[in-house]
Parts: sequence; C-alpha cells; structure tokens
Amino acid sequence: MNLDGFSRLAGLVLLIVSLSPSYLAAQQKPDNCVGCHTALGDERLAEPAKHFAEDIHATKGFGCVSCHGGDASDAEMSAMSPAKGYIGKPKGTKIVEVCGRCHSNARFMRQYNPALRVDQVTEYYSSVHGRRLKESGDPKVAICSSCHRTHSIRPPSDPRSSVHPLKVADLCGSCHAEAKIMAQYKIPTDQLEKYKKSVHWTLLSVKGDLSAPTCNDCHGNHGATPPGISWVGNVCGQCHVVNTELFDKSRHAKVFVQMGMPGCASCHDNHQILQTSDEMLGLSEPAVCIRCHSAEDRGGKSAAAMRTLIDSLGKEYDKAHSILLKAERSGMEVSQAQFELSEAKTALVKARAAIHAFSVVVVKKEVDPGLQISAKAHTRGLKALEELGFRRRWLVVSMAIILALVGAIVVKIRRMERKEQ
Amino acid sequence: MMFRNGDRKIEEIWLWLDERVGLTEIFKLVKKKDVPVHTHTVWYYLGGMTLFLFVIQVTTGILLLLYYRPSAEEAYESIQFLMTEVEFGWLIRSIHSWAANLMVFTLFVHFFSVLLLKAYRRPREVTWLSGMGLLGLALTFGFTGYLLPWNELAYFATRVGTEIPGAVPLVGSFLRRLLRGGDDVTGATLTRFYGIHVAILPALTTLFLGLHLFLVQKHGMSVPPDVERQSKEKKVMPFFPNFLLRDLVGWLTALAILAALAAFIPAELGKKADPFQPAPVGIKPEWYFMFMFQTLKFLPSYILGIEGEILGVLGFGLGGLFLALIPFLDRRTARGETSRLFTWIVIAIIAYMVVLTYLGYTVSPTN
Amino acid sequence: MVQWSMGGIVDRRRFLNWFLGTTAGAFLFTVFYPISRYLVPPKVQESTSRTVTLALKPADVKFNTGQIFRFGSQPAILVRTPAGELKAFAAVCTHLACIVQYRNDLNHIWCACHNGHFDLNGLNISGPPPRPLEQYVVNVRGDQIVVSKGA
Repeated sequence: MNLDGFSRLAGLVLLIVSLSPSYLAAQQKPDNCVGCHTALGDERLAEPAKHFAEDIHATKGFGCVSCHGGDASDAEMSAMSPAKGYIGKPKGTKIVEVCGRCHSNARFMRQYNPALRVDQVTEYYSSVHGRRLKESGDPKVAICSSCHRTHSIRPPSDPRSSVHPLKVADLCGSCHAEAKIMAQYKIPTDQLEKYKKSVHWTLLSVKGDLSAPTCNDCHGNHGATPPGISWVGNVCGQCHVVNTELFDKSRHAKVFVQMGMPGCASCHDNHQILQTSDEMLGLSEPAVCIRCHSAEDRGGKSAAAMRTLIDSLGKEYDKAHSILLKAERSGMEVSQAQFELSEAKTALVKARAAIHAFSVVVVKKEVDPGLQISAKAHTRGLKALEELGFRRRWLVVSMAIILALVGAIVVKIRRMERKEQ
Repeated sequence: MMFRNGDRKIEEIWLWLDERVGLTEIFKLVKKKDVPVHTHTVWYYLGGMTLFLFVIQVTTGILLLLYYRPSAEEAYESIQFLMTEVEFGWLIRSIHSWAANLMVFTLFVHFFSVLLLKAYRRPREVTWLSGMGLLGLALTFGFTGYLLPWNELAYFATRVGTEIPGAVPLVGSFLRRLLRGGDDVTGATLTRFYGIHVAILPALTTLFLGLHLFLVQKHGMSVPPDVERQSKEKKVMPFFPNFLLRDLVGWLTALAILAALAAFIPAELGKKADPFQPAPVGIKPEWYFMFMFQTLKFLPSYILGIEGEILGVLGFGLGGLFLALIPFLDRRTARGETSRLFTWIVIAIIAYMVVLTYLGYTVSPTN
Repeated sequence: MVQWSMGGIVDRRRFLNWFLGTTAGAFLFTVFYPISRYLVPPKVQESTSRTVTLALKPADVKFNTGQIFRFGSQPAILVRTPAGELKAFAAVCTHLACIVQYRNDLNHIWCACHNGHFDLNGLNISGPPPRPLEQYVVNVRGDQIVVSKGA
C-alpha cells in the first residue's frame, strides 16, 4: 500500500520535472542537429557539427539551438522552423545580436566566468568596424565570427584559439594586408609586413614572451581603432612607463602635438618598431634626430652632446669590464671591483632611457656617476694587473738569495777540491 | 771523527741515531760511491735533476691538494680561489705548472743522453726498462694533470687527446671509455683523472722509481763505450760531497729558474670549460705531445685502405716498443763494438720530434 | 799559494762558512715562509662563487626591508619580507641588467630603469623583465646569514 502510493508520487514528480522548460533546455537530448548534420554525408553541413565538440560553448553545456534556435529533439526538417525560433545562418548585425544576447548579459555571464567582460558589443560599435557595419551595413567589415570563428571558439589563452596572441597579427592581416580587400577604404596594407620586422613580434614569436604587444594591444580588441595622434604616447606608455614620463615632461611633447606628429611613433615608427640602439641618437645616419634637426640648431647640438655622453659611458664601461676580465683570467681577485662596476651598467641603461627627456642635463646626471664608477673599476683592474708585476719584484729578491747560495756552494766546492789536491 | 771541537752536541745526536738506525753503515756506503769524471760527466746530472723536479711536483702537488676540488662544478672556482685568496697560492700553482714542463724536458734530455751514451747496455737493461716505465708515467702525469683546472683549453685538449687511444683497433673504444669515465669528457673524466693523478700514478711511480734508483745505486754510473775504451787512467770524484754539491748547484739554479718563470710567466686560469660551446680554433696539446699530434694531422685519411689515424697510433706504439727493446736490439753495443747505426737512429728520432714539434706550433691550424 | 797569514786564511774560511750558512738559512726561509703562509686558511674560507656569508646579523635585518650585497662578483639582494622570512635573489634585472631594489611601499622588488616589478618569489609580475630573478638559498647559522646558490 505504501509502496504503491510512494511510487505514484515519484512518477508524478518525475513527469513534472521532465516537462519543465529548464530541464528541457539543459538536456537537449537527443541532439538531432549534430546527428543529422554528420550523417548526411555533406562536408559543408558536417563541418560545423564536427568541430563544435571542442568549442568552449559546447563544454559549458550549450548546443546548436543556443545560437541558431530551433528544436534539437525533432529529428525531421521541422526542427529548423522559424516557429521554433530557428534563425538559420545569422549575418551582419544579427551575429552581433546573437553573441551579445549572452555576452552582454552580466547576470548570465557570471554563472560561467565572473571575470569575463560583458561590454564587447558596446566596444565593438565604437570601433571602425562596428560603426561601418551599423551605418552602411558593409559586409566586408570584421564581426564577431571573423576573428573568433563560429564553431571552434576557444578562450584567447588557449594556443589553439584563433585569437591567441601569436595568431592575432596574421588574423588582422588576413584582411588588412590584402590590397584587394582594402583598396576601397584607401588604407595601406603594409602594417603586417612592417610589424613582423618589429622587436615586438620578435619577442612574441621567437622569445615566446606573450606579454609583448600585438595588434589588439595598441588598437584595442573589440573597439579597434587606430590611436589618435595625441594619445599614441599613452598607448606606448602602458608598458614603456619611464620613457613616456620623461617624454611628456620634455619639450618635444608639446611640439609634436602642435606639429601633428604622432608622439613616440615619430622616431620609433608605429608598426615597424625596431630594436633601439645608440645609433638612433645624434647627427649622423642612421640617427632619427636629423629628420628635423641639424648641427646648427640647439636641438641638433643637444642630440650630438647626448650621443657623445652615452658613447663615452659605453666605452668606459667596456674598457673597465675587459680589463677586469683580463685580471680575473690571469688569476687576480677582482670580484669586488666587478660588483661595483655593475652599477655603471645600470647607469648606462638609465642614461639611454633618459634620452627621452631630450635634455643634456638629464642625460649627464645619469652618465656622470657611471663614468666615475667605470674609471674607478678600471683603475682597480690596472692595479690588479700591477700586482702581478709586484710579485715579480719580490721573486727577484728570492732569486738573488738562491743565486747567492749557489755562488757560496760553488766557492765551497772549489776550496774543498783545491784542498784535496 | 769528522766533527770539529765545537760540534759536541751534533756528535751526541749522531751517535744516538747511529745506534738505532745504523747511520755509520749508511754513511760508509755513501762514501764509497764514486762518479766517473770525463767529457760526458755533465749528463750524469740530468737524472738527479729530473728527480729533484719530481720532488718539487710532489711537494707543490700535495699543497695544491689542500685547496683543490675535483668536480666539474667546483674545480675551476677552487683554483681561482687558490690563486686569489690563498696566500702564495699563485706561486705554488705556477711552480707546479712550470716544474711539470721542466721535468718532462729534463726527462727527455736524460732519456736521449742515455740513448746516445748507450748507458742502457748490459747490465743496465732493467734500469732502462724501469726508466721507460717512468717516462710513460711522467707523460701520463702531465696529461691527467692538465685537465684538472677544468678550463676551456684543457677541456678541449683532453677531448682531442682521449680520442687518439680510441683509434686503436679492437680495444680502442673500450680504452677511450675507460679513460674518460664514460663516452664523453665530463665531470666523471675529471674525477677519474684526479684519482689517477694523485693516487694511482704516484703509487706506480714509487715502485718504478724505487727500482730505478736502487739499480742506479747498485750498478753505479755507466761510462760511455768510447771513454771505457780509452787507456787513460779513470778519473773519479766522490759522490759525497763533491757530486752531490754539484747536484745541489744545479737544483738550486733550476729553482731560481722556476721562481723567475712563476713571476714573469705565471700560470693563467683562462675561461671555465663549457662543454656545449664549440671548440676554439687551434686547440693544441701540451708541447711534449705536439710531435705526435702534428704527425697525426699530417697523415692522410687513408693509407692502403686503413685509416691514417689508426696507422699513426700503431706507429707510435711500435716506436715506443722499439725504444723499450733497444738494449736487446743493439747487438753491436752488447758485444762491446761501436754502433753507429743506433746512434744515427736516435739522432733521427730527436730530429723528427724537434721538427714536428716546431711545425705543430707554426703550421696554421686551419690548413 | 800566496803570502797569506794563517789568520787570513782562517778569516776567509770562516767568512765563507758564515756566508754559506746565512744564505742557506735565507734560502730555507724563502722556501718555508710561503709554504707556511699557504697552509694557513685564508679569511674568506670558501670560494664566493657558490656561497657567501654576510657580515650582517639576522637580528639587524628589519621586516619589510631589502639590501644589496655582493655575491661573488655580482650584486644580490637580501630581503626580509613583511611576513618575516629572509630571502635572497640575484639583483641583476632580467631585462637589461640594471640593479634592482626593494620598495617597502610596494612590498616587493622593483627595477628603476624601466619600471619592472618582481614579487617576493622573484617572479616578474609587471613591466619589461622577461624572466624571474634567480633565487638563492638563505640559511641562518647562529649569528650569521649564509646565502648560497641552490643545488
């Protein structure tokens, strides 16, 4: 009697639960979308279904219906009826709408990743891509699926993701480096080529330093827009803090803005940012200063003076370093001197950064202590090598004693043998 | 007896020791020893000079032992420490380094003088053989000791040097593994060479040297055949004190030369060995191996289908064997006749070694 | 041979013997003096390439401070963390080899050259440094601080 009643109650509960919408939504079983699309034998239809299993949305429990609508439990073509919410392959702003439905919903997203941003759509519509899409419905602009792809979406930190830092440059370049695509917009297409010559790309691709910037770090991700001329420095300054701070206080900062020159990029270029060297400073090729200055004006004179200062420190440091190394290899104790010389290296690095103040006084402030330290270390190195000579003098004394003894013995032998005769 | 009035104390000590150790008997033996005096007497000093330099090596070597660390991680640093922090460490090390070279040099001069003066003839054949053993031991001392600072030059010289025994047919690769303590020159090689240098070789040298010195005492100094044949009366000088004092003069002069070398051309430390760096251009062995090294470089890669290097190594082996057996091969000298042939053979060998050594230092390494 | 008085010969012999004895003594001194100095261990007991004993007392190193010391020929930094632990790192910034410093306002290590930041595990957390600072092992032996390179 009890069992009967109990099982009837259980059955009723089960029925209610199985019919509730959330349960239905969560289960989506059986998934007929994937089933039909893979079994049909058409490569074009099968591809999305095959890849989707690796998609991050799939791992979080979302299915085809989540974006495309329709009915996954229906095994017939009726599964794809608009009545059931099916929207087919979304295009243009519709894609942004579909992605944004979840990704702009803070309450929804925090169930899955509380740290993920939810303003991508807002950002996107502030970008050049988004504005063109909204204003002219341009089918060629980038939308969510252009970069993130459709059915194999992975987080950017995943090396297989289409938007992993190592892949971003080529991804942007798939449009921006193609003359045919960019022709109508009158945008140059050499950025990718230039970027790939840059030290930032070398750091990323060769050294594997993922903190090095690629397109999105300077241009923005979803709000991709070229930096305005007046705020190029702010962008570079995100990482290159010291140089930017010095630059902002220098006389170049205001002048560049007045002349409409793009801040840091005026000397360092925007995409082809090469490894810097002391040669960039001064009045002879390949210096950048001579683009505006000459030996006659104050700026040119300052450039030459700063270059001389830095060269002198570099030379003095090298001189001290090599003499200490020579002493060390000869077996002299110079570790204290080498320790102290490392401060001169610091001074040299600081002096090179100080160039961005474009003031001889500021550079001299860093160079002078470095020169002092290098000179001191060099003297210590000389002294160490002199010590070798000092030892020689003492050994001459002991040699004299030995030879005196030899002489005494020789005389002794002579006397002894003379007596024997 | 021989003590003057003022040396009463010394006489007492002498009598005390004599009763217990038998000093008088020893002294009688020593007093009996005579050294022949003739034009070639000067060569008699060379054996003792080599012995003196060996004693210097043992002394400085033991002193170095107190600070040296025989591992790849610490060897170079321990020598750096020795040269910079330890008082007179640089001196001990430089003397050890120079005396090694000087010792090998005097050893070769002694060796060739014995050959040219035919001192190897009966009854001194065993002395000769023990001397050949000592030559091999000395060269091995030099080879193993060279690696111990674990600097760049030593590392690569050892790499090249241990490849050569590898060229011996059949047992070559086993020999190489035995020497290196593995397939490559590593820290294992360093430790092994250290053990060989400070324990195995000294033990063997004690045996061979003991035998060699005993036999020299037993047979006395050999007189060259042509001097023997002269009918002039044989002049001699007493070993003690005359010859010994002259020995002392030579030894002290050698010490003075060592001090000068240590002061003016001190032993360098160079760069620490880095097995993963490519070998610097022009790696050379120590000078006493140079003639062999250069010979191998000159040999063509293949001679009659056999690898040139193998033939070279076998050639050296046969050469060594020939020299070891000279007392038995030089029949004419054994019979008491002049042997121009063997004199010329020895002169040819000397010329070969000198020329090849010279070429080794002058021929460009990239040829 | 010549007209020497008996006294003259004796004088000469005695002078020579004295000279011989004195030079022999001087010689023995030049040999044994260096050897005996050599045998005495130097003040710096061990090579400083792997271990360094600091001249500081542990009690003198205050919380949330850092200071530069010499490790061999390279600068190193000793830090007493805010939590009280003693740590030591190579003080050579992994970016361009400037000497780093401890910032007691940031509670971690900082490089002034290009604003590089390292946390108290030596990890590079911000700025251009591409690699962490090499960490050393710190041991307190009685009243001494001993810093050594890890095995």
